[in-house]
Amino acid sequence: MKLELKNLYEDFRDADTIKALANEIQKEALKLPQSINIMEVCGGHTHSIMKYGLKQLLPTNINFIHGPGCPVCVMPKERIDHAYVLSLQKNVILVTLGDMIKVPGSNGSLQDARAKGADVRFVYSPMECIKIANENQDKTVIFFAIGFETTTPMTSALINQVIKKEIKNILFHINHITVPEAMRILLDDETNTIDAFIGPSHVSVITGSKIYEEFPLNYKKPVVVSGFEPVDVMKSVLMIVKQFVQKRCELEVEYSRSVNYDGNIQAQRLNDTFFETRDTFRWRGLGDIKKSALILKAKYSQYDAEKVYDTVLPKTTIDDHKLCICGDILKGKANPKECKVFGTACTPSNPMGSCMVSSEGACAAYFKFGNIL
Amino acid sequence: MNKTITLAMGNGGDENNTLISQVFYKAFQNEILEKSEDAAILDVNKGKLAFSTDSFTVSPLFFAGANIGKLAVCGTCNDLAMMGAKPKYLTCSVIIEEGFSIDDLKKIVDTMKEELKINGAIVVSGDTKVMPKGTIDKIIINTTGIGEVLQENISSNSISTKDTILVSRDIGCHGATIFTAREGIDMSSDLESDCFSLYPIVKALIDANIKITALRDATRGGVSAVLNEWSKQSNICIEVEEESIPISDEVFGVCEMLGFEPSALANEGTFVLAIQKEDEQKALKILKTFNENASVIGKVTDNYLQKVVLKSAYGTKRFLESPTGELLPRIC
Repeated sequence: MKLELKNLYEDFRDADTIKALANEIQKEALKLPQSINIMEVCGGHTHSIMKYGLKQLLPTNINFIHGPGCPVCVMPKERIDHAYVLSLQKNVILVTLGDMIKVPGSNGSLQDARAKGADVRFVYSPMECIKIANENQDKTVIFFAIGFETTTPMTSALINQVIKKEIKNILFHINHITVPEAMRILLDDETNTIDAFIGPSHVSVITGSKIYEEFPLNYKKPVVVSGFEPVDVMKSVLMIVKQFVQKRCELEVEYSRSVNYDGNIQAQRLNDTFFETRDTFRWRGLGDIKKSALILKAKYSQYDAEKVYDTVLPKTTIDDHKLCICGDILKGKANPKECKVFGTACTPSNPMGSCMVSSEGACAAYFKFGNIL
Repeated sequence: MNKTITLAMGNGGDENNTLISQVFYKAFQNEILEKSEDAAILDVNKGKLAFSTDSFTVSPLFFAGANIGKLAVCGTCNDLAMMGAKPKYLTCSVIIEEGFSIDDLKKIVDTMKEELKINGAIVVSGDTKVMPKGTIDKIIINTTGIGEVLQENISSNSISTKDTILVSRDIGCHGATIFTAREGIDMSSDLESDCFSLYPIVKALIDANIKITALRDATRGGVSAVLNEWSKQSNICIEVEEESIPISDEVFGVCEMLGFEPSALANEGTFVLAIQKEDEQKALKILKTFNENASVIGKVTDNYLQKVVLKSAYGTKRFLESPTGELLPRIC
């Protein structure tokens, strides 16, 4: 049998299945004593919920809170300024992933740097850096690495190759961040209104579902690790509603076709070889979060662009814009539409805050897909 | 003649003339052009003219299904056809980077010649400039065209609830083809650009007396940009059934992997039609003789004025916004 890409998602977008799940959720939700707020942590889920209009299928006592899980959105201006400065260094090619290049820092975005003459490229796979480095032996390729646990192994695999092949002209600027620390920060704010989580699935493919165990255990918040298709999200919502109805509080996996408890051990080992935890990392919208990001271990510092270019990188800290309420949106305390600058001073073409930056941010998703209901 | 373009070929003198006569005149051969006057003198019938201009730049220059030359003729001729006009006369202005291969230039110009034939149009005036190496990206072509209006009053400002919305074929092929051919995206596919001259299709619709309200080719910004422009220009709401938009498996796959919306991808031979409802099936039948994927995709209502609403098969709806910014793959 020939495997086609559509075989992987077709069933998970089936209209009848979605309708059946919607009916069952409606029925179960009648038994809920109160309304529940479900945070989908990952930007990919926010995108699915908006794109497929899933909120419209849910009863009024079930709400979504759009979480901080879009790596582009939460990247602080300080780090983007690093990328901007690095890209303008002599004989440097700055390489990063997709929509990172449009995020504005304090002097502009990487797109702006490109317009000023910088060689900025985006790749689909970090491994492309090797080809770029080979073709440009007289230049230094700096890979501006971003993303959660999902993309970290791709960076690790690239570092592994760079070392093995003794490639001298690739450096790394590491901005990998981790999910559980951000979830904890949200819950530690006592005014948060989160009742349960839809857990990021691709992160969990790498880390295993075990990283969420603490949330039902210590915070009494159910977690269901979910796939990204509409059937996945609807099924996960149903699983969460059932937990509340049956007075359970557990970690469950809906995305069982790819996620297990332990995750991808090989990828985890590779990450552990090169990375250790940073003391602290600033998140756009959430501020400084301890132990929430990775850094190259000291013995690999010759590959670390932050060390090699230390003297030219700006060090000042930059606070979020005063009018921006992304922090409250991320904690479920406000809705994008309640923001004074939403859709006016802050738009996808000219984003002020983290949630408007990538199409996966809560505000950008609202702006793009609208909220017809 | 040299094998590559030299700065001297843009000097206005002998080398320049050699290039023009051996490449451009040779391909575009016609009486008006060969008079080599400062301006072309055109015969025009009574009636109305359509007039349009466009500049073309694409990377890579040659791609599956077409090249920049085919784009340059289709682009301008299609814009004329979308106003119910028959493309008649084109100008062709080319800016070339020093060092560009003459063979490639000939290939481009030959493709233009073929495409002009399909449209029944001729190039009557032209210009060639050469820029020093590194100051432009290989070649830029501008074409300007004049067409004879066959059917008047086709306009994006007069669409109403009496109309139905169709698309001429499956969408997004050009955008997906160009994107997968770009540096940094290591992907291969059987995709081909949809680059195609639309005049013959428009002619068939006009000949069949189809009541056409508006036509627009869905180039940059894709079908989503066209529908949004129409909803604003005609102050209407366009409601689209998501499942009825024809999308090939390949285009859908590229979009799935890179996080694009097929409706935001560029097309170069795909157009959207607003046709009076009573002619819907007749128009569809004609469109299907050119491409079997032609479909009715939506209707015009006054539910959400100046908005495009996308309706899913399971009863949800959302606004389809105009694409913004550079097309960039999503990270995860």
